Amino acid sequence: MSVDISQFHQVYFEESFEGLAAMESGLLGLSIGEPDSETINTIFRAAHSIKGGAGTFGFKTVTDFTHIMETLLDEMRSGQRMVTSDAVDLLLLSADQLGRLLVATRDKHDYDQDEFSTALHNLQTMLAGAPPEPEVAEVVDAPAQTATGWRVKFAPQPHLFMTGNDPARLLRELAALGPCMVTCDSSKVPAFGEFEAETCYLAWQIELNAAVPESAVQEVFEWVDNDAEIVINPILPAVPEVKAEKASVASADEKPSAARTEAPAIAEGASDANGAQAGSDDRRQTDRRQTERRSVERREPAGTGAAAATSIRVDVEKVDGLINFIGQLVITQSMLMAMSENFSLDDVEKLREGLAQLERNTRDLQENIMSIRMMPISFSFNRFPRLVRDLSSKLGKEVQLRLLGENTELDKTVMEKIGDPLVHLVRNALDHGLETPDVRVASGKPASGTLTLNAYHEGGNIVIEISDDGAGLNRQRILDKAREKGICGPTENPTDAQIYDYIFAAGFSTAAVVSDVSGRGVGMDVVRRNIKDLGGTVAVHSQPGVGAVFRIRLPLTLAILDGQLVRVGASVYIVPLIAIIESLQIDPNAVESISNQSEIYRLREEYLPVIRLREMLGSTQAPARLEDGLLVVVEVDGRKFALLVDELLGQQQVVVKSLQTNFRRVAGVSGATILGDGAVAMILDVGGIVRLCRERAADLPLLPPTARVA
Amino acid sequence: MASILAVDDSASMRQMVAFTLKGAGYDVTEAVDGQDALTKARSKQADVVLTDLNMPNMDGIQLIRELRKLPQYKFTPMLLLTTESAGDKKTEGKAAGATGWLVKPFNPEQLLATLKKVLG
Repeated sequence: MSVDISQFHQVYFEESFEGLAAMESGLLGLSIGEPDSETINTIFRAAHSIKGGAGTFGFKTVTDFTHIMETLLDEMRSGQRMVTSDAVDLLLLSADQLGRLLVATRDKHDYDQDEFSTALHNLQTMLAGAPPEPEVAEVVDAPAQTATGWRVKFAPQPHLFMTGNDPARLLRELAALGPCMVTCDSSKVPAFGEFEAETCYLAWQIELNAAVPESAVQEVFEWVDNDAEIVINPILPAVPEVKAEKASVASADEKPSAARTEAPAIAEGASDANGAQAGSDDRRQTDRRQTERRSVERREPAGTGAAAATSIRVDVEKVDGLINFIGQLVITQSMLMAMSENFSLDDVEKLREGLAQLERNTRDLQENIMSIRMMPISFSFNRFPRLVRDLSSKLGKEVQLRLLGENTELDKTVMEKIGDPLVHLVRNALDHGLETPDVRVASGKPASGTLTLNAYHEGGNIVIEISDDGAGLNRQRILDKAREKGICGPTENPTDAQIYDYIFAAGFSTAAVVSDVSGRGVGMDVVRRNIKDLGGTVAVHSQPGVGAVFRIRLPLTLAILDGQLVRVGASVYIVPLIAIIESLQIDPNAVESISNQSEIYRLREEYLPVIRLREMLGSTQAPARLEDGLLVVVEVDGRKFALLVDELLGQQQVVVKSLQTNFRRVAGVSGATILGDGAVAMILDVGGIVRLCRERAADLPLLPPTARVA
Repeated sequence: MASILAVDDSASMRQMVAFTLKGAGYDVTEAVDGQDALTKARSKQADVVLTDLNMPNMDGIQLIRELRKLPQYKFTPMLLLTTESAGDKKTEGKAAGATGWLVKPFNPEQLLATLKKVLG
């Protein structure tokens, strides 16, 4: 029977990446000098499983590489090796390398050979104290087996049965090698009264008449080596003396050769008894393969990210729940069917009930399906202990990382896309936010700074906070910089919130020294854009000397959004609820017109540019009178705008359909959805609408620049 | 057909073993660690136990030790699936009552051959 084991590769890679993550967090948690043995054991186990699977599935490079890591860890586990910070660093780097190797293996593309060799070399150096000499294949003169058979004494200890070994099985196996003469020694069987059924009293003498190698005989008794007295002697032909000696030399040789295969045998086959010829041939082939690999590598640059995320692991409970809901749905459906066959007006009440049930079923089903895509944010948070550790040592800062709300779930797609912005914000907090220990002590704070990542749900959104107890944002420096860059007018007097918001402007950086840690400050605008692309927002709060908080607010999923239905002219549009701050009736006195071209609305102490959606969206109907409509106040890039709509219709969850894939990209529209009555409604991209508005305003030369929106 | 208890914390290994054994007609029960295996072994008699060595909660050696204490598992063949080719673990496993071992990596054919050997 042949079994195709490649079907288990996917599972293997998934569990290996989980194992790697466990290794990493374990390594990060190890305290140097007095490590916790359970932690080392966990790390060891992860390496061990990765190696074991790799061996089974034939990923030789992974096996060899992991073998050394495993050996190092085993030495640490048994106390033979000190847990030094060097060793931990090396293991962390090796885990990274192993990750790349696994990705390359999974995606069947090539990995960086030089990088790999360096990593392997470093591991070997750590293991041996010095890099092992490349193995030289030895010519082992394999002597011909001259024994014509074997005489075996097999005297089990009384407890043999208790190991689950059956002497009959062993004899059967021996018989499978050739004809046997078996003599049973029953001299130890006691008198019936003392006889214990569970004890083995018998011993055997076997004469195996077959010219098989001694190892084959040894193999039969391999499992009972310590549970029995086993003596194996060759049966030799007439003049055996010299040759017998040779045979024993050969068997003595076997042991060191077996030990060599235990060592990280990179030169595959070199320890093979077939000799130097085979070994060097093999090596030549390996060389050629490597050359080929390198040339392939140049043609196809490694694209690791894109291939990821083709499957998700789902809790069985969630799937069971789903099946349950489907069952209920089917029941409801058949109930409604039955009703329709013989429908009379008296049944209206029942129909209504049925429909209510259908609605309930659908909602349950929807929630359940959504939850399948949900993953705990710990998947994203997990990388930070490492990042913080590496960066803080690089920056000479002491940092404690606190992770809160790690079990908060969010959509897998959202999670994947939020990773980079989070990394950026964390780097920023470490680089710019937290002070060096001496500065902290001087300002009366503990030398070690605290960086907190917190995630929680709030009203259909997930909120992720990155907070530090550092110096906070430097208000004056940001304001100076903003004026210098022309982001803020020289006479403008922005509020603190507005000033802090400037850091999200493109090309804005206040770092006195550009560092390689948080880059050149080009990132914050990208951070905001990425978050916006996910339908989220990011805001910063800061208190000088106390710290700063970056608060990211994201929708739980991208597939469904909470929308406000609005009527503009004859059409219904959807404004994402997350963008809306408030909706209000218009007070005609609060409207001011600028050069008869654009209007602004005074709302409390703020002036909001009014965007007339009818005009923007090309409604054929006559422009609405301002007083007849309603204003929907939205926030884009920290600035507020008032959208003029004809009517507010209601709020509902809508399923987002991409316009881009089904039609084409339309400015100002982020997607479409199908409403309850079957009509298609566009989902407005508020940021896009504002940009459209800006462009149109720019086309009007008469407009004074100060009146331009934004 | 004989009933086999397959214990491994690595899902890929466990599935591979289970798939191979089921394909050969064995009745397979899977367990994710020693603790799990002990519970399952109690509720359903296994004819052979195949267990990984390194597992969280309870490792393979401890599992065998515990199983051997149960009267119904006194003589049951129990094999360690292990990558440890070094003698230490084998000796420790044997001392705990293991019947034998199968050294990883093994292929499905080797697994079936070993099992056949044990079951006779």
